[in-house]
Amino acid sequence: MATKTRTVEVDLSTTGLDAQGRPQRVPLATDEAGNLVPINAAPAVEPELEGEHMLINIGPQHPATHGVLRLVLELDGETVVRCVPHIGYLHCGFEKIGEYRQYNQIIPWTDREDYLNSPGNNVAFALGAERLFGIEITERCKVLRVIASELSRLISHCVWLGTFCIDIGAFTPFLWIFQQRERVYTMLESWIGARLTTTLTRVGGMGADIPDGWTEDLANFVRTFPKVLDECSTMLTKNAIWVGRTVGLGAMSAEEAVNYGLSGPMLRASGVAYDVRKDFPYLDYETYDFDVPVGQAGDVYDRYLVRMEEMRQSIRILEQALKRLPDGPVNVDDPRVILPPKSKATSDMESMIHHFKQVMEGPRPPIGEAYVAVESPKGEKGYYMVSDGTSKPVRWRIRPPSFVNLSAIPKMVEGHLLSDVIAINASIDIVMGEIDR
Amino acid sequence: MSDRFLPVLAGHAEGSEVAPPTTPRNVPYRDGTPNPSVDALRAKFGEAVQRADVVWNETTVFVDKARVGEVIQWLHGEPSQRYDYLVDVTAVEYRDLDRPIEVVWHLRSLPYRRFLRVKALLFKGQPLVVPSVWAIYKSADWMERECYDMFGIRFEGHPDLRRILMWEQYKEGFPLRKDFPLRGRFSRSEQLRQILALNPEAKYSMEELTVLEAYDELSLEQRQRLRAGEKVGE
Amino acid sequence: MGLSPRPDANVVTVDPQSQESWVTTKLDLLVNWGRANSLWPMPFGTACCAIEFMATAASKFDLARFGMERMSFSPRQADVLICAGRVPFKLAPVIRRIWQQMPQPKWCISMGACASSGGMFDNYAVVQGIDTIIPVDVYVPGCPPRPEGLMYGIMMLQQKVMRERMSDKSLRNEMEPDPRSQLYIPPPLIDEVSEPFGNAIHQTRSGL
Repeated sequence: MATKTRTVEVDLSTTGLDAQGRPQRVPLATDEAGNLVPINAAPAVEPELEGEHMLINIGPQHPATHGVLRLVLELDGETVVRCVPHIGYLHCGFEKIGEYRQYNQIIPWTDREDYLNSPGNNVAFALGAERLFGIEITERCKVLRVIASELSRLISHCVWLGTFCIDIGAFTPFLWIFQQRERVYTMLESWIGARLTTTLTRVGGMGADIPDGWTEDLANFVRTFPKVLDECSTMLTKNAIWVGRTVGLGAMSAEEAVNYGLSGPMLRASGVAYDVRKDFPYLDYETYDFDVPVGQAGDVYDRYLVRMEEMRQSIRILEQALKRLPDGPVNVDDPRVILPPKSKATSDMESMIHHFKQVMEGPRPPIGEAYVAVESPKGEKGYYMVSDGTSKPVRWRIRPPSFVNLSAIPKMVEGHLLSDVIAINASIDIVMGEIDR
Repeated sequence: MSDRFLPVLAGHAEGSEVAPPTTPRNVPYRDGTPNPSVDALRAKFGEAVQRADVVWNETTVFVDKARVGEVIQWLHGEPSQRYDYLVDVTAVEYRDLDRPIEVVWHLRSLPYRRFLRVKALLFKGQPLVVPSVWAIYKSADWMERECYDMFGIRFEGHPDLRRILMWEQYKEGFPLRKDFPLRGRFSRSEQLRQILALNPEAKYSMEELTVLEAYDELSLEQRQRLRAGEKVGE
Repeated sequence: MGLSPRPDANVVTVDPQSQESWVTTKLDLLVNWGRANSLWPMPFGTACCAIEFMATAASKFDLARFGMERMSFSPRQADVLICAGRVPFKLAPVIRRIWQQMPQPKWCISMGACASSGGMFDNYAVVQGIDTIIPVDVYVPGCPPRPEGLMYGIMMLQQKVMRERMSDKSLRNEMEPDPRSQLYIPPPLIDEVSEPFGNAIHQTRSGL
């Protein structure tokens, strides 16, 4: 497969580069003559200044931890020596409850675990359940699900960008980008009725078909969203402060990234071109023409670039999906799985019985198990379901990308400064709902 | 650009003559082709590979639990297999309580674009212990801790096996076991009373307090407990 | 509708025997007006409701017009604790401590179904309503509540603040929990309030 390399020229609009072109930090030390010298040229620390390490606690309630995460840091001055993350503050027993719910009843639960990517999670779960049932969905449903997944990727990356900027200190992109999220929310609301926790899919189809005029709204959005991205990019990508705050932080090499189980933009920023949409495709993603951005240095800046580019590629996919949206039924024509329309259920005896059985007992898949993974904005999101022939799964396992990505944080923050910890944490793009389930 | 950061393409070991992957259609229930790793595993390990199933085109290999560590090490290191990505470590307990608990490892080979599920059976009545794969895949660290937290399965060789999602002194049991009721074993007020009295964030764990050990801020008793290897507790 | 007229919440009864004078009522009005229109929230956001809270604070549903744009993440400087999202048991002592760290006058808005009653999470891990651990003033239902819903809840809180009177000595009492059990409410009441109802019982039967 061919790869293109695109170099980001970092000719900064402000000074602040040293002789090798790397951004230089503001010098903080003075030498004997009273001149300012770079900190790494300062004399060695005198012995009496070496003190004990400090143990500080960030969280679980903290604006910058993106949810209820607790980081206990051992600091030597400002430098992190060791980091111990504590999670579980949002553990709500999703997997246990999944064993007490029918497959269609689990779909609202999938909204709430990764709540930034609700439509994407709904699609992932429906794909897993359909694999378990052995159902082939219709063409229109496939394209609608691609649209839902990519819109969901966009809004998730938007939240990431907004909160990442706030953590580094830039407040304006947050407001600009949340305005775009509101536009997507309005579209989702006209489609399915809910803004955030959408419950978009059902086993065998979708909860609702798109209303009239929805494709025009989406086309309008697709046309105007890249301009906002460009605005944010102009403010950030070549900004000396931004580059200085993010380059070289939390770098993971390719082998480390694979060994630590990273996925999604974290893995791709480290140079491993693994995207579930390309390598284990679903929903006919191999027929869409899109690129997968891969970084080189695996640091926070690369993750930022990878996610920005992913947003542009999502727009590309949305444009293609809009063009190819076929007419036809959205739900599969299987009365054991899909509820019959209300008009038939109240008049036709057979439909009434199907309706009754599905609501009271739920559709039952054959005995078996399935693991289906999708590319969520955070990484490889997998649902592993084991069925024993009843309408409720024996085991519903969520493979959370943020959980595995976060487990690498002790490795990533060692040797960095305290404010870098916040930047690295923000670059992982964690969602505590998914981590703790 | 150093070698450390050259892009690595998934599927690169497959060779360029293999067609790019496509969305699976009409996935067969039971008659799918098994993963070629199964034959290689049987050839190498013989009896330790107890059974191989193909359900919905996914291959599951049942392995003797004592040799799971070796098997996964071989799958990771062998050039023809190269399962370099550990997707998941989890466990399944069935509603029929006589059935054994299955510990499940989901492995991916990025170079060969393959997916394999390895299972080991843990019979009830025997200690729930399996070897840990932390030494092979660092991603197993938290996944195995969660499996311990939810099922009570101990992973031998894990550096720091303690609860991760529930608080470390959680007394009600292992939540995902089938004999654990949905709402927990204690009444709501009792659950609240226990956790409020415990107040875990007010204290650092012993592992975190090691930073203070060198500076004599810990009491004698705490230092002794630290030296004995205690990680949890205050 | 009902058979008896609903008490109008905006009507203030003046008791001639009370200690209130014209000065104190005007002072009340001034103080309450100041407090109600500059409630600094402490967003204790855990899950999806926190995202809707952020959306309410963003440009389209602007919270700044309520005087709430200054999100205080330090409880010491906050007026109202907005608990947005589900609270598992592991997080219960944290929210309790944050509530205790907030200085009076303080109020609490329980945003969302999970904070108000445990929501859809009736299982071993989630507190069935934060009012079992801290006193709540306004409950905003929804999963998640729309920004308009949250704003309505905030407006209700503002009305509640406007109705406060200095002569009411019971208002600013800090509730102390029972030292042994750390609970405000008697345990049997907590158990009764947390009981499942409706078809939640049917839904806990597994394997059917």
